[in-house]
Amino acid sequence: MRRFEALVLPHADAAYNLATRLTRRAEAAEDVVHDAYVRALGGFAGFRGGDARAWILTIVRRRAYDWLNQRRDERLAPLTLSVADDPGQDAEIEPYDPEQESPEQILIRKGEAAAVHVLINALPPRLREVLVLREMEDLSYREIARITDSPIGSVMSRLARARAQFGEAWRQIHGSEDFPE
Amino acid sequence: MIACGHDKLSIHALIDGELDAANTAAIEARITACPECAAEASEVEALRGALRIPGARLTASASLRRQLRDGRIPTGSVRMQNAAKSSGPVRAPSRRAKAKPRFPLAAIAVAFPAFGMLAVVALSLIPHAAVEDPLTGELIADHVRSLQAEHLTDVRTSDRHVVKPWFNGRLDFAPPVTDLKAQGFPLAGGRMDYVNHRAVAAVVYKRGEHAINLFVWPETGETTSGTVSARDGYTVRHWRAQGMSFYAVSDVNPDDLAQFETALEGKAAPPPPSSPRADSE
Repeated sequence: MRRFEALVLPHADAAYNLATRLTRRAEAAEDVVHDAYVRALGGFAGFRGGDARAWILTIVRRRAYDWLNQRRDERLAPLTLSVADDPGQDAEIEPYDPEQESPEQILIRKGEAAAVHVLINALPPRLREVLVLREMEDLSYREIARITDSPIGSVMSRLARARAQFGEAWRQIHGSEDFPE
Repeated sequence: MIACGHDKLSIHALIDGELDAANTAAIEARITACPECAAEASEVEALRGALRIPGARLTASASLRRQLRDGRIPTGSVRMQNAAKSSGPVRAPSRRAKAKPRFPLAAIAVAFPAFGMLAVVALSLIPHAAVEDPLTGELIADHVRSLQAEHLTDVRTSDRHVVKPWFNGRLDFAPPVTDLKAQGFPLAGGRMDYVNHRAVAAVVYKRGEHAINLFVWPETGETTSGTVSARDGYTVRHWRAQGMSFYAVSDVNPDDLAQFETALEGKAAPPPPSSPRADSE
């Protein structure tokens, strides 16, 4: 139990960050992380060492997609928000801004970090996850490929698309070509 | 411009540190030569800055951490009420999940008798030190993990003027960072870690090829000199000074760790008059 704690608990932030990015609901993310940790503990005997963070993030990600898919199944009339940029992606069904504020308003009212949340949420999940794992968790392409169960080439192209879309939106809400620095 | 393919993926890979030396040189040359590639590179860098502003990365709440650590969520807790009011019908699946026990270790041990028995057997096999002082076990596990996961340092440098400020803003205290190269313990870098249910600084030193993890966090109390515990070939040396608790963990021999403490305390603070250790170097 100690070993589980020592290995997996330090990654609670990474787990929660990824879960929130994928579910876009703080309380759902807590459920997902919790479920993932229960599962991780159940399967801990099978964990043969290596990168505990990648391991727990893989489980968190699967649980998050389960949650998204469950939601979709339960909706009778899902909103169809276009996800044309990623045709393989179908778990995405609702407008990203529950508060009905524009990203610009959020930026002004709540600041940069809140604007980052909104813009990340606007990306399709497959782009969102690679961007988050790369830029916030500092994972390598190889690790991201393993966690997202994708070839490295797909990770690279998704990351480039995610950056392009995020960058575009970021410039728009800042009303100029400049990033703050 | 005509010769340049504007290979965006390679530019991203360069900035992400994913290229080998030869490709790094090639792409860097391209960025120098091609304005379009240069623009792409600076865009990626800028975006990286935006995604790393404070608060952009979300962190687990204290209550979630507590649940993950020791289990059950009280029924009717704030969290469940929030969940209920926020999103109506879509809550159904996770509500079902909530009916189950929330991660109580005991329940899992009961549900999986073999697992429970394994735990009991495993516990009885662990040397006494671990049972008496769980912290020792945690620190050694952390030390081992830092080596295995190739995550020894978040900031890798022997320059203490880099390591020390790196901790600022990440921790609510300032761990002492000294380079002890002259004493045979060159500074290797620093890392954030999570020990004893709190964020701590891990300052990494080297002794030859061996790594020494020095875990530091604030702790009031008298200054104490080293106490040693050992397990599985690792030594943990603990002392307290300057309002901080220090745990040095390594597989170097215990005498080296004693020397390490002496060197560090001799450097980090004016030697207390009562301490003869500061003179021993």
